[in-house]
Amino acid sequence: MSATDGPAFTPLLPVPGLDAPDAVSLRDPYASPGLLTPDGARPIVKVLGLEKFFGSNHVLRGCTLEVYPSETICLIGKSGSGKSTLLRCTNFLEEPTMGAIEVGGIRVDADPLNPRSRAHREQIRQIRLGAQMVFQEFNLFPHLRVIDNLIEAPIRVKGLGRDEAIAIAEKFLQKVGLTDKRDEFPSRLSGGQKQRVAIARALTMEPKVLLFDEPTSALDPTLVGEVLVVMEELAHEGATMIVVTHEMAFAREAADRVYFIDAGRFVEVGPPEQVIDAPQDPRTRDFLARTHGTGAHVHPSAAIPPPALDPLRVQAGIAQPGLAVPPVLEERDDT
Amino acid sequence: MFRTARTYPGLGSEETPTQVVERIARSRARDRRRFRLTFIATWLILVGGLVAAIASTDRVKAEFMAEWAPFILGGVSITIFVSVFSIIFATMFAVVGALGRLSTKAPIYAAATLYVSMVRGTPLIVQLIFWYLALPQFGIVLPGIVCGIFGLAFNYGAYMTEIFRAGIQAIPRGQIEAAAALGMTERLTMRRIVLPQATRIVIPAIGNEFIAMIKDSALVAYVGIQETYWRASTTGSRSFRTFETLLIAALIYWVLTIVFSVAQERIERRLRESDVRI
Repeated sequence: MSATDGPAFTPLLPVPGLDAPDAVSLRDPYASPGLLTPDGARPIVKVLGLEKFFGSNHVLRGCTLEVYPSETICLIGKSGSGKSTLLRCTNFLEEPTMGAIEVGGIRVDADPLNPRSRAHREQIRQIRLGAQMVFQEFNLFPHLRVIDNLIEAPIRVKGLGRDEAIAIAEKFLQKVGLTDKRDEFPSRLSGGQKQRVAIARALTMEPKVLLFDEPTSALDPTLVGEVLVVMEELAHEGATMIVVTHEMAFAREAADRVYFIDAGRFVEVGPPEQVIDAPQDPRTRDFLARTHGTGAHVHPSAAIPPPALDPLRVQAGIAQPGLAVPPVLEERDDT
Repeated sequence: MFRTARTYPGLGSEETPTQVVERIARSRARDRRRFRLTFIATWLILVGGLVAAIASTDRVKAEFMAEWAPFILGGVSITIFVSVFSIIFATMFAVVGALGRLSTKAPIYAAATLYVSMVRGTPLIVQLIFWYLALPQFGIVLPGIVCGIFGLAFNYGAYMTEIFRAGIQAIPRGQIEAAAALGMTERLTMRRIVLPQATRIVIPAIGNEFIAMIKDSALVAYVGIQETYWRASTTGSRSFRTFETLLIAALIYWVLTIVFSVAQERIERRLRESDVRI
């Protein structure tokens, strides 16, 4: 898979094929490398021509991707590249400016201008039910015990009976290894335990796809492992996952495909051996070198070229970016 | 005990560090004790001097106070009754008001803002008299106790609206996002996630309002409720001994506020120490 820049962006350009979703899955509106269509499989998640502006800041520039059952997708990229925004647009925590999202056959088009109708909001809610999110900051409900955190939505949203909800919750609590914390309040848990509870909470909704938004970034380094273990287990058991992460080791181990996103566009897509270990695009190489997460043939120091000396500044004795001390080449006369 | 051969030549003593630390602790404790004793003594001197000064004028009849104190004390239960029910209803007004003030729908926001502005812009006594004496002109006659409790609640609700609004806004965005991501509707999120947490945040502030309300509940005397202040002023003015009866009423209100302040501090401490932290 080679990198493409895509055409220059024109905001008012209609996204081709959006009215015929089945057609669009076969061709890419922005010539983005996002669409890989395994034979015969129907995607669980489709992100179609997604554009997102924050004010005048163009964060996502036509992202298209499909996720098939049991796939684990890792989104990697610099901070500010749009990877978290893409994930948050997928369950409409951010309203996309243009494009469409389809999760489990429910398709919702971006509609940022009109006040949302009841029907539109209900569709978004259906999408969220199918795509459960795990947040960087856990976002457990502090006034509820662990078990109540887990059964709140199954009871109130899915309408399960209390006993049934508790049975499901306990099953997933056991899965993340926290059965003994069942009746604790979240404030008594470590960061890693909180995130595992958050994963269990997402699982109790029995979603079609799990969205992870930098799930280990808020954790003490010693606690990252226990969360990644749970996630790897899920990936190997066949859960469908989209993971925004900086953990290259996890991506290499668990991802079926890695998307490198830069300035709101997918720059490089492919299996981790390709994207992480043998990146083609210079931007990917540069990023991986900076995160030190690469087995690529780019030494970190090679990615950041030494600053060139500006002869005029050197003469004037002015500090230069990247150089701590202004180099003094020769004595000058101060006249 | 931990012992060391080291001495402090500058102090000219053979004390061990442990002994020095103990001496500092003793000195601090002595300072604290002295402060507390001085505090109590000052109060006794000020209050005692005042009492002595009043007694020396021979204008105050202790027998009269003793005679009417039980009757005035009988109003305490009504004062507390009115205050408790008013704060409960005020909290309800405040929740509705706060939701209105946070609404994105213009008419709801406008109505809530009008309520807060109107109530905060007019005197409480005017509002109470309005419910009691002005509404009957339109054929709406409410009993005094209803006017008193409703009037106080309506007034305090407006002030507490802003307290609840701040409490709701203090809930981190992530909580609302997490609830939304779980598929909860906005209404369910508010009821099950936001309001329970906001309530915990505003409980200390509600305690302050309750203490203020105990004192403002004296105003319901003007809608014919025979609570503490009504009893004091009526018995006082009838026999031209207002000083004695008002002194009793003032003492009662003072003691009530002290008692509830202590209770509130306890509740706050328990909330701070509880497992449930935001």
